[in-house]
Amino acid sequence: MRPVYEKYFRDNIPHIWCAGCGNGIVMSAFARAIEKLGYDQDDVMVVSGIGCSSRMTTYIDFNTLHTAHGRALAFATGAKLSEPRLKMFVIMGDGDAAAIGGNHFIHSCRRNIDITAIIINNAIYGMTGGQYSPLTPTGKKATTAPYGNIDRAFDIVELSRGAGATYVARGDIYHAAQLTNQIVDAANHKGFSVLEVVSTCPISYGRYNKMPKPTDMMQYIKDNTVSVQKAATMTADELKDKIIIGEHFKIENVPEYTEEHNKLVAEVKKDYLEKLKGGAK
Amino acid sequence: MTNNTINKIRLVQGNEACALGAIKAGATFYSGYPITPSTEVAEHIANKFPRIGRHFIQMEDEIASIGAAIGASTVGHKAFTATSGPGFSLMQELIGYAAIAEIPVVIINVMRAGPSTGLPTMPAAGDVQQARWGTHGDHSIIAISPNSVMETYYETINAFNLAEQYRTPVLLMMDEKVGHLRERFEEDEANEPVIMYRPAPKEGEKFVPYANVECGVPHILPLGKGERYHITGLTHGETGFYTAQPKAVSKFVGRLSDKIELNVDKIAKIEENYTDDAEVLVLSYGSSARSAHEAVKTLREQGHKVGMVRLITLWPFHDAKIAALCEGKKAVIVPEMNLGQMAREVQRVAKGVPVLPMCRVDGDLMTPDEIIAKVKEVL
Ligand SMILES: Cc1ncc(C[n+]2csc(CCOP(=O)(O)OP(=O)(O)O)c2C)c(N)n1
Ligand code: SF4
Repeated sequence: MRPVYEKYFRDNIPHIWCAGCGNGIVMSAFARAIEKLGYDQDDVMVVSGIGCSSRMTTYIDFNTLHTAHGRALAFATGAKLSEPRLKMFVIMGDGDAAAIGGNHFIHSCRRNIDITAIIINNAIYGMTGGQYSPLTPTGKKATTAPYGNIDRAFDIVELSRGAGATYVARGDIYHAAQLTNQIVDAANHKGFSVLEVVSTCPISYGRYNKMPKPTDMMQYIKDNTVSVQKAATMTADELKDKIIIGEHFKIENVPEYTEEHNKLVAEVKKDYLEKLKGGAK
Repeated sequence: MTNNTINKIRLVQGNEACALGAIKAGATFYSGYPITPSTEVAEHIANKFPRIGRHFIQMEDEIASIGAAIGASTVGHKAFTATSGPGFSLMQELIGYAAIAEIPVVIINVMRAGPSTGLPTMPAAGDVQQARWGTHGDHSIIAISPNSVMETYYETINAFNLAEQYRTPVLLMMDEKVGHLRERFEEDEANEPVIMYRPAPKEGEKFVPYANVECGVPHILPLGKGERYHITGLTHGETGFYTAQPKAVSKFVGRLSDKIELNVDKIAKIEENYTDDAEVLVLSYGSSARSAHEAVKTLREQGHKVGMVRLITLWPFHDAKIAALCEGKKAVIVPEMNLGQMAREVQRVAKGVPVLPMCRVDGDLMTPDEIIAKVKEVL
């Protein structure tokens, strides 16, 4: 029997992803999450940028918009603002979201528009074959950092917090069941929700960083993730190089952008109509 | 004159006329980033859209602006953005996205002198070839250049109609002078403009978002209204999914051009004055065409056989018509506010006829006297 979530997949499989790539795990978690959320497929819109991860929109059966590198949030903002009834998801790679799309990302956080942004963080530019991204840890190797990366990496959680996001969680592909629930929680938050998913790219990252087998990278994630709760009991030294997973923060009662927009439009429209009526007297 | 008509006649700026045209055309979404000399378009829209329940948003940059506009269009809104030189450069990649994904969108470019920051408050026509070729890859494009306030109003409506009808980005190439010009604004009530909407399948008809239809323009439905499909900037087959299959790609990319180029007769507007017996032709567009028209009128009054051709549509360029107009002329003079960008097109089609560019790139307008003097050199 086909699993129930397969109804959310299109028939375009085979996909382009390498064996052992983390993207597939995120895709099935996404399908399971939609099933749990009980959304009608017709009401769900998924927008993506360019990169291996962004190809996901090709394979899932929703209203899908595969845009340009870094620009998914801009497209999604226009669609969501004009049709707020749509359940809006954006899928991005780490380069897509934090390098070329970084400006759109921080401004989406600031606006608090009701979009669920899923950043698949494989710490590398996968599609172009392994160049360092703003999420490649210092010291790791990439095709454009053959002697080791001297750049410092962003921390998506802190970046989002600073930019005014109202919901930020981090998940990973090893804890796939938890990931499904995290997607559900992120979607249920009213406002801009950021879900960073720590993933793997065995081909363009693992091979250059002594983790050539997909299982090596899985093992790495398994060994280095700690929950937000556990992290609270650990020292900074103990937390060095650890991946802290779970819900990092959630702020309620910050006005959501499309609601504020619609409120404003309704008020201005009402005043204007009254003024017109007054003038006609 | 009734009170009512007096109320309707007023002085309006070109940029405001553009905003009014967009409202008339049924635009429901605007996203933009401020830049001189286009900012008044955004300001008028920010003021007027909420009153009539439509959507305005100021984005973080011009890339976001055109992205949001295309996004709104995919869910069924008539969407537009307005900018000027530097912002127009930033928008190029996504103009190509709208072209390949065939999403209607209108981009207003109130041209200022460049390159780079250039002369921010001065008019130019330096972006007219960028309009044609600015985004990478083969595609065709529609670009319109109005030269008065009323024409800006009507051509903005036309820009939306063409974007919808041909599922394409349409560029309204104003210039600083047209954008900031104040003129009498009076709608022609006897001739209500037609408002067009994107082609949708009839009841019961199967929807194929990128069908290779005879007319070149397949049906389009908004995302999120029950017909789930995929939109991508990758080359795609009829159902919208990526293909690298050479036959399909070549058919698709060919259709993107053909749907516009083969309809040049329907799309391109060219205004002619005194061309019948003209020995010398002046061809111009935008603000320069206002001076050119003055010059030609004066020369006619002096008894010289000079004709005037004005391009209202810059792209698609009507090769056959321009070639026919140039044929047998002593010379064709092309006054424009750049170093001869459209003159190249005229040269390309005016076989054997000397085409003389008349260039101005210092932010000043060309004067009728300068044009008269130039024409007299060849008469
Ligand atoms: C404007 C632009 N610049 C560069 C590229 C080339 N490019 C395609 S995907 C990509 C990086 C992808 O990395 P990421 O966003 O992390 O996604 P991944 O492939 O790792 O999932 C780059 C640089 C592009 N398509 N467009
Ligand atoms: S290159 Fe990396 S990210 Fe891309 S499909 Fe292969 S494993 Fe996945």
